[in-house]
Amino acid sequence: MGSYILRRLLQSIIVVIGVTMVSFLALQAGGDPTYLFVSERASLEEIEATRRALGFDRPLHEQYLSFVGDLVQGDFGQSLSYRQPAMEIVLEALPATIELTLFAMAIALLLAIPLGVLAAIHRGTAWDGSITTLAMFGQSVPSFWLGIMMILFFGLYLRWLPISGQVPFLVPLMEGNFGTALGNLPRTILHLILPGIAVGTYSLARNTRLVRSSLLEVLEQDYVRTARSKGLPEMRVLVHHALRNAWLPVVTIVGLEFGFLLGGVVVVETVFSYPGIGRLLFAAINQRDIPLVQAGVILLAGIFILLNLLVDLIYVRLDPRMKLAEGRG
Amino acid sequence: MNDQLAQGIVTKDHRETEFRRELRRAVRVMIEARWPVLALVILLATAVAAAFGPALAPFDPNRQNLVLRLADPLSSGPDGSVFWLGSDVLGRDVLTRLLYGARISLLVGIAAIVVGGTIGIVAGLLSGYFGGWVDDVIMRLGDIQLAFPFILLAIMFLVVLGSGIWNLILVLGVGQWVTYARIVRADTLSLREKEFVEAARALGDSTTSIIFRTILPNILAPLTVIASFNVASVILSEAALSFLGLGVPPSVPTWGSMLAESRDTLVANKWWLAVFPGVAIVLTVLSFNILGDWLRDFLDPRLRERT
Repeated sequence: MGSYILRRLLQSIIVVIGVTMVSFLALQAGGDPTYLFVSERASLEEIEATRRALGFDRPLHEQYLSFVGDLVQGDFGQSLSYRQPAMEIVLEALPATIELTLFAMAIALLLAIPLGVLAAIHRGTAWDGSITTLAMFGQSVPSFWLGIMMILFFGLYLRWLPISGQVPFLVPLMEGNFGTALGNLPRTILHLILPGIAVGTYSLARNTRLVRSSLLEVLEQDYVRTARSKGLPEMRVLVHHALRNAWLPVVTIVGLEFGFLLGGVVVVETVFSYPGIGRLLFAAINQRDIPLVQAGVILLAGIFILLNLLVDLIYVRLDPRMKLAEGRG
Repeated sequence: MNDQLAQGIVTKDHRETEFRRELRRAVRVMIEARWPVLALVILLATAVAAAFGPALAPFDPNRQNLVLRLADPLSSGPDGSVFWLGSDVLGRDVLTRLLYGARISLLVGIAAIVVGGTIGIVAGLLSGYFGGWVDDVIMRLGDIQLAFPFILLAIMFLVVLGSGIWNLILVLGVGQWVTYARIVRADTLSLREKEFVEAARALGDSTTSIIFRTILPNILAPLTVIASFNVASVILSEAALSFLGLGVPPSVPTWGSMLAESRDTLVANKWWLAVFPGVAIVLTVLSFNILGDWLRDFLDPRLRERT
């Protein structure tokens, strides 16, 4: 197993290097990047000074190396609109985004499993039909529109739930104020319900279909038939024999799911004026604050890569076949 | 020579009857499933809106009418013209803008798939046929790209490149190639060793001809399924990017940007500005998803696991 983990780590490093290259090249994609950092009315001298200050006059490979050097030190440059280090601003918004992503993830997974199982064991019935139809809808609704519709209905019409803002839970928790964190929790959750559903619905729909098809496939296997013919109760067959194996494809997708959710978060945060990285990115995009956009995107991508690595390592523990396959590469 | 010619004609005839039989089966599967029929109707309607929008639309999409701002759906102006779906904050007709928006959604969705599909198919063919370092480089590039949540990658490039329909198509297209490359690579790997490819090689066909004339036609069918689902997800991405202000310039109406504008009047309960563009997106995306499902069931039910 050790060599697999080593190989996987090496692969992650290559990917991280690739990500830095792509982020670097994105900046150069539109020609001389100096113009992204100066105002439209800047004089030629100002442009030249900025070019020199940011090093855009040097050869590309030198620029790339110093770009990576800065990244390693956590230096993403100064935000153009805040006049502060971009990374600091992004890190400040990170806890709120993590809260929203985790909440959406919880919805996407915790509801998908029972729904998928329900559809699979009642295959072909009205249960199955309505769950798969709903899932099809869920995969076709833009997250931000779902958010807007929920704001209209639950927020403005029924007035049940807050439609904007956030109440911090992770921040007081990390600062050691457990009392404040716990006291905030109910309101934190209340503020997360609508954006969480908006972000999580697409994944929920996809996971439900995945759990269903994965379980259907396992239920047709010989060992399930054997377990049934031994006279085991259906519940035991389902939990001990079928679900155990239907689990694996679901775990693989969880990592990728996070990428999706992060993407959804960017858009949905804007709809709900939720003070996370997404809303920050939106503002940065509109103000052409390139360092801030880069810092936000790279941080989110970094988290995504780390999570995928974790998921793969967990996968090794869950699937005993991986240990056997190790010798054969 | 004559024999070969005769054989060629027979195969062509045979192919034609087989094609008709398959077509009949396709229609039967579609009618039995019911939903795909509806999906096809919706997509045809969207295509008509996209193609003939300017002729069908009651107004100019950018004509502002500050007297008739935020008119309710079905209300009419003093000259008797009716705002079927209401008007927006600048007095522009919502129905007209919806019809124009269909253009962008369909054009971007389909063009991006053509771009991404072409890159992916070529990359996959090369990767699968040659193997070795070519394969390694192409597949690692794919891994790196998938390591980025796609929408973030798109944001980063569009911020630098600036908005515009071709940039949008390019970025969304490049975002899709890995899916195609992986599937094509796997299929090419297995076809490479098949007898008919061996035969082409023995006959002295060039490598290009083997790859594009012998292998390519045999791997296209499953890709149509992927493409159909893909158009759906690209339309969703386009709407999201337009919503963020990274789509086409503001003078061009899109469903995503209409939704972005609707946020300002949400609290004032101007619901129609938010409801109709969203319904248009959902219906179009849902239709592509349903068609994808139908294509998959028709071509090969076993494909289910892949998508």
